Amino acid sequence: MQTTSFSNRKKVLEQKPMTFMERIYLPAIVKGMSITISHFFKKKATIKYPEQKRTVSSVYRGLHILRRDENGAERCTACGLCALACPAEAITMEAAERKPGEESLYREEKYASKYEINMLRCIFCGFCEEACPKAAVFLEEDFAVANYSRDTFIYGKDRLVEKPKVGTKAFDIVKVGRTRELN
Amino acid sequence: MDLLLNFLPAIIIIVVMFGITMIAALYSTYGERKVAAYLQDRHGPNRAGPGGLLQPLADGVKMFLKEEIIPVASNKFLFILGPSIAMTCALMTGVVLPWGDKFTLFGRTFNLQATDLNIGVLYVFAVVSVSVYGIMIGGWASNNKWSLMGAIRASSQIISYELSMGLSIIALLMVTGTLSFREIVLQQHGGILHWNFIAQPLGFLIFLICAFAECNRAPFDLAECETELVGGYHTEYSSMKLGFFLFAEYINMFISSAVMSALFFGGFNFPGMDFLAEKGLDANWITLIGTAGYFLKIIFFIFFFMWVRWTIPRFRYDQLMNLGWKSLIPIALLNLAITAAVMVIRHSNNFGF
Repeated sequence: MQTTSFSNRKKVLEQKPMTFMERIYLPAIVKGMSITISHFFKKKATIKYPEQKRTVSSVYRGLHILRRDENGAERCTACGLCALACPAEAITMEAAERKPGEESLYREEKYASKYEINMLRCIFCGFCEEACPKAAVFLEEDFAVANYSRDTFIYGKDRLVEKPKVGTKAFDIVKVGRTRELN
Repeated sequence: MDLLLNFLPAIIIIVVMFGITMIAALYSTYGERKVAAYLQDRHGPNRAGPGGLLQPLADGVKMFLKEEIIPVASNKFLFILGPSIAMTCALMTGVVLPWGDKFTLFGRTFNLQATDLNIGVLYVFAVVSVSVYGIMIGGWASNNKWSLMGAIRASSQIISYELSMGLSIIALLMVTGTLSFREIVLQQHGGILHWNFIAQPLGFLIFLICAFAECNRAPFDLAECETELVGGYHTEYSSMKLGFFLFAEYINMFISSAVMSALFFGGFNFPGMDFLAEKGLDANWITLIGTAGYFLKIIFFIFFFMWVRWTIPRFRYDQLMNLGWKSLIPIALLNLAITAAVMVIRHSNNFGF
């Protein structure tokens, strides 16, 4: 049958009746089953999530962290630039003055006595990280936030501030403070 | 007292077999999910218990705790009868299967088989045919178009494939000359070459295909074809009644694997049986190894069922009927004729066979 084709690439496919081997399906079934059994022994595409985690990019924007400096003192000075930069208005803070004797806890004379990020408002854009002049706030790799009630999503300093390193003075103070709270 | 002692082994075997059948079916659901996952490059259930081994129990608890709904428009009696029949029939077949050879305990010798019916094969077929009523009644009592269509599909499929299954078995019975499972298995004693699938390869193939259809398993699971029929005959079922239907399917899979291994793959016979007996190993140990071997064969067939399910897409209904009536029955008849011819030639001995 002659058909017109402007591109000269048209092909007329004729449907051949199935041969006997095709009609009894068995060769095709055996072939398919050999493919599936080969997948049985392959490396799994999924991982056992809570135990194993996929590595994320080094610039991944996950949950926030408030860093300490090399002596273990909090870097944040409660300047408010992160809150200003935040397009979602997720950050609030209250500033306080450092008292004598707290030098190993706070790096500069002013610090954030309250620092809260609402993780339900946050859009993880990373503007706070860019705005911070003291290199205090960073977006880390952890991303799994799940809980049963909404108010648990407002992260205070207890969950945001980096844990002090062993050997720094802040570590001893925080630890003592914790035990005192417990008592 | 003597009467009781005669029945005691059978009763113990029935209870043990009931337990093993239930556990096998329970863990088939776990196996199914694991096999499906592994064939699809996944891990499968792994949260409940080590490696997810407690998953079937969690599923069972879920099934029991779910709300039980009996539709207002349904026939309540038949609605409950459907899954009951399916479950009862599925559990009834286990009694005639030969789980092992002779076992001697306290000076008494008995067979590891609940009862050795001389028409065991017929009995299994009869019970399997009754199980279609469970599906049919369940679908009908739901008073739901999809359930009814699913039930009709399932029953016509089972009835169609029972024919070719029966024909393939007739050829086998011509070779063995008996309907007793125990005798069929004992005849296959003495190495793999004596197993019936060597003598009846075509018969085995037909039986295998029909077993898939009888169990309503993929690629013949049109009865529960969810894209066309919602859930098939168990659309309206919930809670443990749904659980019974699903559970019956897995028990049927276990039983048909057991029947297949017994009829075609030597049952409790295993290669090297006589060698171990010559070495002076206790007969009880050989029986136990044979039983373990039988279960290995069953597990392989269950795995095969799952392997096929996660490989082959579902047949269309007309393809299913074409395959059953226009392909399998003629092939089964051909197999019957060839078997008969070979037997006549062998018996006449004129050709020097």
